[in-house]
Amino acid sequence: MSTPLGSSMTTSHPTYAPKHQPRWQVWMDIVRRDKRPVWGLAIILFFVGLAVFAPVFTPYSPTATAFTPMMGPSARHWLGTTASGQDVWSQFVYGGRISLSVGFASGFIATVLAVALGMLPAYLGGWVDTLMATVTNIMLVIPGLPLLIVITAYVHQAGPLTIAIVIGLTGWAWGARILRSQTLTLSRRDFVTASRLAGESRWRVLVAEILPNMLSLVVANLVFATIGAILAEASLEFLGLGNPSAVTWGTMLFWANSGGALLSGAWWWIVPPGLAIALVGLGLALVNFGVDQLSNPRLRLSRVRPSKADKGAVR
Amino acid sequence: MRFVGQRLGFLVLSLWAAATINFVLPRLMPGNPAVLMIGRFKGQLSARALHALKLQFGITHQPLWHQYLIYLGNLVHGNWGLSLTYYPVPVSRIIAESLPWTLGLVGVSTMLSVLIGLVLGVYTAWHRGGSWDSVLPTMATFTAAIPYFWLGTLLLFVLGYLWHWFPLAHSYSTSLAPSLTWAFAVSVLYHALLPALTIVVSSMGGWLLGMRNNMIQTLGEDYVMFGEARGLSDRRLMVHYAARNAVLPSMTGFGMAMGFVVGGALLTEIVFSYPGVGYQLLAAVQNEDYPLMQGIFLIIAFSVLVTNFFVEILYGRLDPRTRGGDAQ
Repeated sequence: MSTPLGSSMTTSHPTYAPKHQPRWQVWMDIVRRDKRPVWGLAIILFFVGLAVFAPVFTPYSPTATAFTPMMGPSARHWLGTTASGQDVWSQFVYGGRISLSVGFASGFIATVLAVALGMLPAYLGGWVDTLMATVTNIMLVIPGLPLLIVITAYVHQAGPLTIAIVIGLTGWAWGARILRSQTLTLSRRDFVTASRLAGESRWRVLVAEILPNMLSLVVANLVFATIGAILAEASLEFLGLGNPSAVTWGTMLFWANSGGALLSGAWWWIVPPGLAIALVGLGLALVNFGVDQLSNPRLRLSRVRPSKADKGAVR
Repeated sequence: MRFVGQRLGFLVLSLWAAATINFVLPRLMPGNPAVLMIGRFKGQLSARALHALKLQFGITHQPLWHQYLIYLGNLVHGNWGLSLTYYPVPVSRIIAESLPWTLGLVGVSTMLSVLIGLVLGVYTAWHRGGSWDSVLPTMATFTAAIPYFWLGTLLLFVLGYLWHWFPLAHSYSTSLAPSLTWAFAVSVLYHALLPALTIVVSSMGGWLLGMRNNMIQTLGEDYVMFGEARGLSDRRLMVHYAARNAVLPSMTGFGMAMGFVVGGALLTEIVFSYPGVGYQLLAAVQNEDYPLMQGIFLIIAFSVLVTNFFVEILYGRLDPRTRGGDAQ
């Protein structure tokens, strides 16, 4: 160890102490000073609520072609109807179900992969680490959306589950790089050395000492992977690569585009799905402002701040 | 020099990886998509073209390594197969015709986006807590979450369809023949404005937020405070002391950002019927034209990787610390 033991004892100590109860107080402090995470959470809960309780908010089926086509918003049809006479509000409400599920599912897959492929090799070191770091860097610079388009084009009319898996499988590289550098700095810290000297097994050190200290980074990664996944899903479905009979925000935009919504002035068909995607993204990013602050003192200690620049630059 | 060699090595490695992914994917997919595609085009293609397609997508009895070597050889020689959508036009010719439009559009709008984003980032960080600082970062967070194609559609709807300020499609007026005249250049610029605006608005936020973060951190450094104590002008402190150093970390993510912007630009082209590779990609996807699709994926990946290589070389010149080990 290059750093003298005494000097960093003070820095590693607080990372030990707050385990369960104080974290809530930290949250409350952050929330009292900064309302952005609360707003973000409210936006997300709003859309999740709409999607979960969709039948409560609309009497119509999202796929029923039972109404006069291309009607503007009215008391009966809050967001008008589509070119084939479906109720846009119903589609909007039900569409959130698949769009949000796919977003969260692939965000989750990408984060699990990022933890496994970023943390483990960095902790084990040696040639595994060199190899994985190279693979990660390559995956980072190969443009993601074109790759996704090629993969989903080979799968005929990919269903939501396939899309979720493919987005998750291709979206881990950014998180893996951040988590890797954080693991490298953490595993050199004295409290990790101390617990290893105290006889804890390699696995226990990783799971019980290092992982808890990276939790906020993992959550931040989950947030951004989810935003990226929702955008990617909508892009693929907009291109017609998804299953066009599934009702999602992406397929709504696909049908609006191919149904000539633009040239017949049907703004009520185009605006809602895109706005929902953007608002959910905003909500998640706002929540992340809170997560950032939760982790900031620790981030500053481990000097991974430049990585925040990457985060900003990508998104 | 060692640094350049290292980056060159990475460039070659990543180019090879992109080419290999392209080779492996259709062979890996369940249900063999290439067989289906060839089945659909039977009768419409000449026997030679069918044979070439089978070779390209691995429906032969040759061993895999042999297919792979032939594939790499064809790639290097620019023999990227024939497009099925525009049969029998070679994929390379379609790409050669559409790539300049994409490079022009993405190049100019990325430069604008980086420039505006960085300047606004510096400004908001310098006036931290000011009225712009409370509005711009939140707005940037919002614009970064907007799907490119949706924003493009809205802009097209309002500015093009409702107000008739901008053309609805294409990259130049159809009444003009491509030529090196003033009128043609103006027409190209006019048609590019709205797609470019879409890309700039959607991609600017990331640069703004990143630069603001770095700037705030740099402004807290001792040398900035020392400069302030020496009585340097605000302008000098802001630009020459803080911004010049804060801009460096923003550039490390350039490759990733580039990939993200290019992906968004493809969709933007589709919305504006802009004749770049994105528009061709849509045609390829709709017609299940796998040779064209593969070619476009490769050319996009190659362009991003090469651009990233040059940015990193430039970055290495700007910041000696990144030149791997020897300077630190």
